[in-house]
Amino acid sequence: MPRFSCGDRVQIARRDCAEHHRVPDYVKGKTGHIERVCVPFGQPEKLALGLDGKPFQMLYRVRLEQADLWESYAGSPGDTLEIEIFEHWLEPAADA
Amino acid sequence: MSPDRHKPHDLGGLPAGPIDREEHDLAHWEQRIDAMVSLCFSKGVLHDVAELRVGIEALGPDAYDKLGYYERWAASIANRLVSKEVLTRRELDERIEVIRARRGDS
Repeated sequence: MPRFSCGDRVQIARRDCAEHHRVPDYVKGKTGHIERVCVPFGQPEKLALGLDGKPFQMLYRVRLEQADLWESYAGSPGDTLEIEIFEHWLEPAADA
Repeated sequence: MSPDRHKPHDLGGLPAGPIDREEHDLAHWEQRIDAMVSLCFSKGVLHDVAELRVGIEALGPDAYDKLGYYERWAASIANRLVSKEVLTRRELDERIEVIRARRGDS
C-alpha cells in the first residue's frame, strides 16, 4: 500500500545525501501535495551502486507552489511545479 | 537554499544567464558517445542510468564545469570501463595520444 494518497500534504526531506539521489536541493524541505501516485521503482541511491534497487519505492508526483520555492517569485500567483519524488524522501507535512 | 551545500550537478535555482533555446545539431562524435553508452548498457557495463549519473557526479567540480554534456558522458563511461577492467587506464591514455598526434593537438 502506498503511504500517501492523492491530495495528501507532504514535506520533502531536508537531509544531506552525499550519494547519487534524484532530489534537487531547491525542493528539499519544501511542502506540497501529492498530485498523483505513480508506480514503484528501484531506489536510485542503490541502483547507482550497481545494486538491484530493492526494496522498490513508490514514486509520487508532488505539486509545489512556485512562490514557496523562490524568494520574491514574480510569476503568476498559483504557478506550480510538479516533480517526481520517491516515498523515502517524503514525510507527512506538519500542517497535514 | 545554501549555495555551499550544492554539488556541481545540482544547479536548480542558482543565478544564471538567459537560457539558450536554440536547437543544436549533434556532432558526429556526440552521436558516437551516445552509441557507446547504449553499447555499455547492452554489454552489461552499465545496468542503470543511475550508474552513468554517479560517474558524472564523481568527476569533481572543475571537470564538471569544464566539460560539455557528452564529454561528461564520455568521462563517466571511460572511468567505468577502466573500473570494470574492460580497458586499462594505460590503453586509454595510449589511444588518446595516438588520436591527439593524428589531429596535430599538443
